[in-house]
Amino acid sequence: MTPLSASAGRLWAMLLRHLYLLRGSWPRLLELAYWPTVQMILWGFISRFFTDNAALAESWVGVVAGGLIGAVLLWDVLFRSHLGVSMGFLEEMWSRNLGQLFASPLRPYEWVAALLSISLVRTVIGILPAALLAIPLHRYSVFEMGLPLISFFFNLVVMGWAIGLAVSALILRHGLGAESLAWVAVFALTPLSGIYYPLSVLPDWVQPIALALPSAHVFEGMRAVLIDGVFRLDHLAWAVGLNLLYLAIGAGIFLYAIHVARIRGQLLQIGE
Amino acid sequence: MRPPSLPKAPSPPAIEVAGLCKRFGEVAAVEDVTFEVARGATVALLGGNGAGKTTTLSMLLGLLLPSAGQVRVLGEDMIRHRYRVLVRMNFSTPYVDLPHRLTVAENLNVYARLYGLAAPRRRIARIADELDLADFLGRRTGALSAGQKTRVALAKALLNEPDLLLLDEPTASLDPDTADWVRGYLENYRDRTGATILLASHNMGEVERLCSFVLMMRDGGIVDRGAPDALIARYGRETLEEVFLHLARSGDEVDARRAPA
Repeated sequence: MTPLSASAGRLWAMLLRHLYLLRGSWPRLLELAYWPTVQMILWGFISRFFTDNAALAESWVGVVAGGLIGAVLLWDVLFRSHLGVSMGFLEEMWSRNLGQLFASPLRPYEWVAALLSISLVRTVIGILPAALLAIPLHRYSVFEMGLPLISFFFNLVVMGWAIGLAVSALILRHGLGAESLAWVAVFALTPLSGIYYPLSVLPDWVQPIALALPSAHVFEGMRAVLIDGVFRLDHLAWAVGLNLLYLAIGAGIFLYAIHVARIRGQLLQIGE
Repeated sequence: MRPPSLPKAPSPPAIEVAGLCKRFGEVAAVEDVTFEVARGATVALLGGNGAGKTTTLSMLLGLLLPSAGQVRVLGEDMIRHRYRVLVRMNFSTPYVDLPHRLTVAENLNVYARLYGLAAPRRRIARIADELDLADFLGRRTGALSAGQKTRVALAKALLNEPDLLLLDEPTASLDPDTADWVRGYLENYRDRTGATILLASHNMGEVERLCSFVLMMRDGGIVDRGAPDALIARYGRETLEEVFLHLARSGDEVDARRAPA
């Protein structure tokens, strides 16, 4: 067995661990798809209220409202991706399994790769039903965005990974008392991401801060596609560049937290 | 004509620990511990709660980084090159669990793949048969009794047929009959594979039966060491348990002649 295939085998083992968990628990599967679907239904009706009103539909409000479902679904991509990493990590803490994992040949970077992979699986399971259901329910297909949608999706997934790794590092450092961060951390970025409004709405001094977020470039890019029919490569380039930077930082913080946990003896102590 | 073969270099000890220390702030959990375990030997770490047994085992596994000292396992430096040997060792402890929501078979399958076993299903079937787990392979691990969980943990620890097995209270929560059976299984495993076993236990009968050498720990250090019979004779006692109680209760006088390596 080559080192690469051995590494792939360990990564697959960790993926299997989470797939077994999902397969054995339909409430977990339901929970993944539940909130994105509820959000899609709610914002779909709000969107229809604006677009069905003749006066509003003619205005800019109607144009923007037409993209609300897309914005909601894409925001949930970021949220689910972040949650996928954090939950994958928390499952090991809840089950007091960290000691077993780190006494096995599993390398920390393989664990990171497995967490990112399971996050992608969980995101697709969560978002795809809502995106498909929106087509018959609201006559809205997010897939009509075409190829740009793929870039929006993956940029938000990667940003979610970076946040998830950083939050997991905080939980590893401070214990399960910091668990609620896994649920709320990403919402701090909501006002700056320009999900439902253009960044020009923000005060001048806030806009450069917002533009340091890949999500802000994604949502600006989404509006350019939906309103102007233009795919803004500059926003794509910024989102990709920032994501690579933040993912490297998130992974670095997470790996350092594991190192510190080995110094402090936390791998055997942490649990429910 | 074949050239004469070179004499084999003697294998390094399975475990070499020198000047091992672990401090958490002001607290010294392990202080200047030095010992060796020969290949194929079964050695016990004995000591009361907080003596430093689990901390020592954790450093041998690389789960915990020492504050000072050296740890070599199967000839490799565990601080720098632990991944070279982790695949050849395994452990079982009541202080960590396997995921409760996975079935026994799923948990064993995950760990069989983490250890890179070539035929995981066949190995799991065999170990389940040997440890009498076949009837509850499909049950969730969290739904098992404490004794069943201990056997599953042992199955996980033996999946990769390790050359070095670290066991922390391996028969905790087992009824006397099952505990006796597990000890017999471990003896058989050691004799069949030549594996080295280091176990931490509070069960003196278990130690006397399985171990050829004992390291007595107290307050993070090794206070005495020797074969069970030799320790019993040295302290003029009838059993190892009496030696344990004597050492646990006679702090300062033992410290004065803390055992050299």
